[in-house]
Amino acid sequence: MIAYAISIKYMVTGYAVIFIVLATYLVSLIVRWQGLKRDLQTYEKLEERQ
Amino acid sequence: MKPQPKALTILTVLSAVLFLGALGMVFLYAPLEEVMNYVQKIFYFHISNAWVGMLGFIVAAVAGVMYLVKKDMKWDIVELAAVEISLVFFLIAIVSGSIWAKPSWGTYWTWDARLTTAAILEMIYLAYLLLRQGIEDPERRARFSAVYTLIGAVSVPVTFLSIRIWQTIHPAVIGAGSSSGQGSFGMTPEMLTTMFFCLATFSVLFITLLWYRIRLGHLAEQVDQLKFRIMQ
Repeated sequence: MIAYAISIKYMVTGYAVIFIVLATYLVSLIVRWQGLKRDLQTYEKLEERQ
Repeated sequence: MKPQPKALTILTVLSAVLFLGALGMVFLYAPLEEVMNYVQKIFYFHISNAWVGMLGFIVAAVAGVMYLVKKDMKWDIVELAAVEISLVFFLIAIVSGSIWAKPSWGTYWTWDARLTTAAILEMIYLAYLLLRQGIEDPERRARFSAVYTLIGAVSVPVTFLSIRIWQTIHPAVIGAGSSSGQGSFGMTPEMLTTMFFCLATFSVLFITLLWYRIRLGHLAEQVDQLKFRIMQ
């Protein structure tokens, strides 16, 4: 049987990794979306001027 | 860009609720396993991430076929979205499995058939993203990517069946695996229910993220087209 303290340590590490990777990907989606929206607005303004 | 569809908002809320429910099931409902105790709780999210990872690679292959048949760029966007999300989920499956392996097998990594085929699978699709960036012409890129995902998809059943084909220490969850599997455990009905709940939760989460990533792809295409018009 694996000792409780060791087992809890690995469980917490495992779930921490799961949350960090998932959260990082979600943030990357949001950042890319906002960046593209900004680009779209800039190009639309440029097109209007032309 | 079209406003966010109501169905996507509903799906987002549903994903969040199911995710919280899955956490509740894992930590409050599923019983503690006798030998591995707490660390066994990684199993529920580990298997769910592996499942949606593989599902996404298959979705990408189907989108690849659709592109080759229809020659419509929207399928290339779906394909890229599926690969990107699956890479994230499959990476989580590999890393969480590795963390679980340390107290169970005494090592984070071993070049066992399942672990090796899983690592190769992740590398194949990582290479897909890198190789795509090297092709300028969108149609050539889409054609190459479609063929690549079709060939790459062969490694999905190989990875899934690896524990049945070769001698491996990785235990099988569904059906009989290798006789040398270590770290397997008897699943109680509560554990089974929790596992299926987590599988369903991650499937819904995958669909939600795929939809968002497809929208991102369409927005990127819109920006590229506008940029091209201005440059001319």
